[in-house]
Amino acid sequence: MSKTSRTSISMPTTAKKDSIIEIRAIAQHDMESGFRYTESGKLIPRDIIRTFTCTYNNVEVFKADFYSGIGANPLIIFTTVAVESGTLEFTWIGDDGYEAINQARITVS
Amino acid sequence: MKRLIPPYLLGSIFFVLATHQFIGDVNSAPPLKQSSYELMSAENKAMQDDPSLNPAMFWVGDGETLWQKKLGPKNKSCSTCHGDAKKSMRGVAAQFPKVVKGKLQTIEGQINQCRESAQSVPALPYESRDLLALTAYIAMQSKGLPITVSEDSTNTSYLKKGRQIFNERMGQLNLSCAQCHEDRAGLKLGGSLIPQGHPNAYPIYRLEWQTLGSLQRRLRNCMSGVRAQQFEYGSAEMAQLELFLMWRAQGLPLESPGVRP
Repeated sequence: MSKTSRTSISMPTTAKKDSIIEIRAIAQHDMESGFRYTESGKLIPRDIIRTFTCTYNNVEVFKADFYSGIGANPLIIFTTVAVESGTLEFTWIGDDGYEAINQARITVS
Repeated sequence: MKRLIPPYLLGSIFFVLATHQFIGDVNSAPPLKQSSYELMSAENKAMQDDPSLNPAMFWVGDGETLWQKKLGPKNKSCSTCHGDAKKSMRGVAAQFPKVVKGKLQTIEGQINQCRESAQSVPALPYESRDLLALTAYIAMQSKGLPITVSEDSTNTSYLKKGRQIFNERMGQLNLSCAQCHEDRAGLKLGGSLIPQGHPNAYPIYRLEWQTLGSLQRRLRNCMSGVRAQQFEYGSAEMAQLELFLMWRAQGLPLESPGVRP
């Protein structure tokens, strides 16, 4: 079984070589902590995103581990150096077979 | 030194001054309508204004998909009747609640009315993902437009009831909406500023909720806060109160989908 959700990336489409670019990556996810109970007292199982990775032309440039304390619809803002034109791929992997992938292209001059 | 005023009179002088001050306040012009957006931190304002930061945009995206989705025995989508929402739904959210076929309808109520009659599919429960998504998508088409709810012959009796609810003390704390959001707006409750209570950004992504929610959810929040029996979702009282609040906020631009702390 595999689950996925909407994600959104915002970053510049063009950049000067060796400049620092800001990347914002947000994923739609409830981030159910696993510490909450239903009204009838049953524990709601944990269902969170576990890892987020960003690769730049297949080279990993950023990685984050997520835990129960992270809120719903997590937004990550990070920077990287624009080294060459190409594709950045973003992957979110979580509990219960959750996986979401998004891509963005950048032209470096 | 000889006292000019005996101490036992000071109290009554203060009383006279206080009364005078009170009369002064009543006679002064009503304060300008203010969106609770103005009370938010710069970070929260940025989160609402930038679509790439506003989590409510996920629901708007879902709503756009649902708008096109053909459903039920008649195989009809919202767009079958209403076409492009960007045109047909522009300004619609700024007019609701409104009386449609003799019944006061909120946007959520109207969506469900369409589902049951035009599409022949069951109504969506309040606060369900799909109903919030459709509401957010429709409300978004009126972003920036002023609220146009006004009193007319069709809604005057509902508006009167809504005003009555707004001014009625309720719950164990025995407070009315007006006591906080009219009389004490701009003062503090605990650490937070009390807003004027204008519903100009719904459905809102409330950080406390960690999700999108309707105006009725927010109203039920306040009702439980004053330890009152909450009005049911989709009830007539809710629609009347929504109508009064929208009438009261007339002219404020819609910010939907908003972000609130």
